[in-house]
Amino acid sequence: MAVKLASIFFTMILVDNYVLAKFLGICPFLGVSKKLDSAVGMSLAVTFVMVMATAATWPIYMGILEPNGLGYLQTIVFILIIAILVQLLENFLKKFIPALYKALGVYLPLITTNCTILGVTILNIDNGYNFVESIVCAAGAGIGFLVAMVLFSGVRRRVEQAIVPECFKGLPITLVAAAMTSLSFMGFGGIVSAIFGV
Amino acid sequence: MNPILLAIVIVTVIGLIGAVILVAASIFMYVPVDERVEKITAVLAGANCGACGCAGCADYAKSIVEEGNAVNKCTPGGAKTAAAIAEIMGVEAGSSESMKAVVACSGTCEKTSKRFEFEGIQTCQSVKGLYGGDGMCKYGCLGYGDCTRACPFDAIHLVDGIAKVDREKCVGCGACAAACPNSIISIVPEHKRKPVVLCQNKDKGGDTRKACTAGCIGCMKCTKVCHFDAITVENNLARIDQEKCKGCQLCVKECPVGVIHVPANE
Repeated sequence: MAVKLASIFFTMILVDNYVLAKFLGICPFLGVSKKLDSAVGMSLAVTFVMVMATAATWPIYMGILEPNGLGYLQTIVFILIIAILVQLLENFLKKFIPALYKALGVYLPLITTNCTILGVTILNIDNGYNFVESIVCAAGAGIGFLVAMVLFSGVRRRVEQAIVPECFKGLPITLVAAAMTSLSFMGFGGIVSAIFGV
Repeated sequence: MNPILLAIVIVTVIGLIGAVILVAASIFMYVPVDERVEKITAVLAGANCGACGCAGCADYAKSIVEEGNAVNKCTPGGAKTAAAIAEIMGVEAGSSESMKAVVACSGTCEKTSKRFEFEGIQTCQSVKGLYGGDGMCKYGCLGYGDCTRACPFDAIHLVDGIAKVDREKCVGCGACAAACPNSIISIVPEHKRKPVVLCQNKDKGGDTRKACTAGCIGCMKCTKVCHFDAITVENNLARIDQEKCKGCQLCVKECPVGVIHVPANE
């Protein structure tokens, strides 16, 4: 059990990294990775919401949608639940943990419509994970997002100081850099299953 | 039950439950917001420049109301904004001096020259990293425009090789001062008569002279002519105490290299 959980966790970080292997959440990946501290803030908020969203959507799918044969409604229901959850979370943090609310700041409402969150919740169902596995998978996906963001903010800092041909300046060179970062992560393919023997 | 009806009912019920939870949460976890905060945010300049020392205009408004921060710290807004905030808060505005950036360097292209041709990344920050800059004078304006790029108000530009502040547009936010790797830009209260030494060269007079014909050589003539003890020479560089200065401008006439100027009149 523990081996399987660890395998899921590290697979999500290295092999199936949501940003660099599955290409979800590219918008914050390009938008918020300019500075290291905002990249970390955004990633932590994403991780937090991912785990909470999985904890809320998994029981609803398994308890309400699946028994009634309404699995096809998962997209719309999950979006609804994630939006409610994020709003609730924002209220809660504002009232009880103002320090965290201030730290997450503007990123929290931004995540409401983030496709990685929806992606994690839906793929957990598709992969047939049980509740604990889903939570671990969501946490791993969040940490993977953090790793990708932190690495890429470093890459971007270098790119910004380099002399780039005029036509590549700005977003084009950022996309090229993102593609190369993603290529390097392909080297992790199969490494986790080899280590854990799953 | 009809599957279409079931789908509609389930989604509606989930939505309704969510709505009830959110309404309950917004009542239960209501955080009172002082309406003065919003009013003050509205009258602030809205530049989010950080000259007040807070993270932004909204943050400053909050600190005025909650922590009793002074009302006259908004330099872009000036006296008008300070008065408006004072009215909202019901306190005296206090004096709000107009602050402007001053570039302490007079080494234009004809006064000084370069030691080498720099072909790296065209920023002050990077040229500074190469033997302390490409100019003859290691203290002066590097002339690659880091300040121009930092200025949110388009108020500082390179003219004749050195940065020049547009006194109309400058609001004294200090973004340029923070960006300058040689720290030659300072934020000084704007005064029509009080002069400033526009040089940062701390080398001995002879060395300064070789590097730049417009540099302060530390000859002490200004200290002798000043009646108010406002000028001191430290590390071969004259400095005028703006508190003690009365604005007689005797030093301006006395300076042999003409490095003392009144920024407001330029």
